Amino acid sequence: MNATLIRLLQAPSILVLLLWMVVPLGMTIYFSTIRYNLLYPDRSGWNNWSNYEFFYTDPAFWPAIFNTLTLVGSVLAISVVLGLAIAVLIDRPFRGRGIVRVLIISPFFIMPTVNALLWKNMMMNPIYGLFAVAAQAVGAEPISWMSDLPLLSIIIIVSWQWTPFAVLIFMTSLMSMDREQKEAALLDGAGFWARFWNLTLPHLARPIAIVVMIQMIFHLSIFAEIYITTVGGPGTESTNLAFLIFAQAIQGSDIGVASAGGVIAIILANIVALFLVRMIGKSLTVS
Amino acid sequence: MTMLGRALTGIAAGALSASLAIAGELTIATVNNGHMIEMQKLTPDFEAANPGITLKWVVLEEGTLRSRVTTDIATKGGQFDVMTIGMYEAPIWGRLNWLVPLEFSAAYDVDDLLPAMRGGLSYDGQLYAAPFYGESSMIMYREDLVQAAGMTIEDNPTWSHVRDVAAKLHDPDNGVYGICLRGKPGWGDNMALITTMANSFGAQWFNMDWTPALDSPEWQAAVSLYVDLLTSYGPPGSEGNSFNEILALINEGKCGMWIDATIAASFVTDPGQSKVADKMAFAQAPVMATNKGANWLWAWALAIPAGTKQAEDAKTFIEWATSKSYIELVAGKNGWGNVPTGTRQSTYDNPEFQQAATFEEAELKAILSANPEDSTLNPSPYVGVQFAAIPEFQAIGIAVGQQMTAALAGDISVEQALANAQAAADREMRKAGYY
Repeated sequence: MNATLIRLLQAPSILVLLLWMVVPLGMTIYFSTIRYNLLYPDRSGWNNWSNYEFFYTDPAFWPAIFNTLTLVGSVLAISVVLGLAIAVLIDRPFRGRGIVRVLIISPFFIMPTVNALLWKNMMMNPIYGLFAVAAQAVGAEPISWMSDLPLLSIIIIVSWQWTPFAVLIFMTSLMSMDREQKEAALLDGAGFWARFWNLTLPHLARPIAIVVMIQMIFHLSIFAEIYITTVGGPGTESTNLAFLIFAQAIQGSDIGVASAGGVIAIILANIVALFLVRMIGKSLTVS
Repeated sequence: MTMLGRALTGIAAGALSASLAIAGELTIATVNNGHMIEMQKLTPDFEAANPGITLKWVVLEEGTLRSRVTTDIATKGGQFDVMTIGMYEAPIWGRLNWLVPLEFSAAYDVDDLLPAMRGGLSYDGQLYAAPFYGESSMIMYREDLVQAAGMTIEDNPTWSHVRDVAAKLHDPDNGVYGICLRGKPGWGDNMALITTMANSFGAQWFNMDWTPALDSPEWQAAVSLYVDLLTSYGPPGSEGNSFNEILALINEGKCGMWIDATIAASFVTDPGQSKVADKMAFAQAPVMATNKGANWLWAWALAIPAGTKQAEDAKTFIEWATSKSYIELVAGKNGWGNVPTGTRQSTYDNPEFQQAATFEEAELKAILSANPEDSTLNPSPYVGVQFAAIPEFQAIGIAVGQQMTAALAGDISVEQALANAQAAADREMRKAGYY
């Protein structure tokens, strides 16, 4: 087959994909430049970038950017490190491995809202939560998680949900690791750490890159966990960009400002992605 | 991207279901409260009495419902034939001509509706939504503990008295906190309570020229007392507590006092879920400088979006669901203690209801004393007790609510919180072009 025919055959699907991306993006950009409030149907037209100005001058804007990045960074670090440790730990055969694997992965299949409610009420409640009861048992003052450590609470909640995802990916990819290499290393007298650094980690470079990429996409727009537990507070301590868009614009039915916030979120996502691709992208090509 | 994706999916879903609407089938959006679920269960009764009309239910959580119906009605989605809306939306949407004006037959007895409810759901004297159930706020307290402390709580005590009682009841070592109040940020959460507090101190949301009035000394005094009450005599973690969280604490016997929705009375006196069902007593909401606006007024009501093609059938349904006979139908099935209250005088006049409900007198008194059109000591330009019925209020409410929570958590001073709140409200009002 010649190249032209191949291109022609590919064209429809590529066109659909392109439209799938361009149309929503175009609409967002268009909405972000006009007056568009659902509750004021009579107001419309070009808006002099004031949607952007309104969103950008919000006192919560920079804290929200900072919180977004902290959330993404912390959850990524925790889930990758913990995920690696757990995946390596349950890689060796032992009795009941199948059950343990299922148990470890199951948090990932819990809905984010349910996850948040579970942590908020059963674990972190300062009166009857598990942590409070444990603290009281040893005579310590229970921590009021949601009010004193709001961002950390959300990081813990999200990490609990997403570490299993990392475990799942790492575990399956460890299964495909060459047994002979491992045995050869063992025979050569390589210790656990030597094998981990020189065999396991290089083998997992690609899955790690995938986990980081996929999780980044999801964590940039964390919403349910914040909405259910802290509602972005106290103050704006746990407000991220997605929640700020909700609070400032969706609540006020202002599609214009919401779209402006959306465009800013897209820009931020691209910057973060650029850095991450630079940092770990190499591992996608080497190996 | 994800936000936009969600919005687009919503719009697409809306377009899809609009085209799938079947003649004679009413799509009803409602909130997942107990009374609404009961209404859904009674579908066969309605369908049997009205052949040719079938009901399709969309039952959603409060916040989701609000954003779904707002998007649908504003984009003329036509997804729903009957919408459950609150007292906040009814006058705003009525003014925009988004709702079908409700005219009922004589049998419906529209004059039986409680005047406060009727007023709050009307715009310019025209009723736009029929109340399904309504509520106000009041004090619910542990009579046994208050008596043991040698105190009493009369109707409309001052907030200072409430503080004194809370101090006496507070006994965290034995697992009892003096007072439990909402702290979770949100215009319908902590701001509902804080606004009624501020009203009673003589404060208001907006001045007559629509500039925000959050920097007044009255707000300062009210919020200072609120923060003081909860930090000195409240449970830990109040920043995350709203209705359901506190209800759980009360039912476990962990709160001495609670000021919240009157609907809670039916839960805390229900021995099936409350450990202190026989120990609860009720009093009218606390006051300070004025009685005006000291207790809130809310209703969930049924309305017909202007875009529907089945307005007649929709009206038939609303007339059924908010009628006297509907209340009797529920009473026949579940007893008079479980009927939707707060809407009709006839319910409260019913001797069987009076016998079944221990809280009915306090609830009716609270509802009748609330007046959304006159809820502040000094004149204000808006309608609503615990909210201002303007489109901007939701965004302002959540921003101010967050600042109140920050003050409660001790992150910033009350003064700073109110200054931030004032700035946030000012931004929003400027953007909307009020001045």
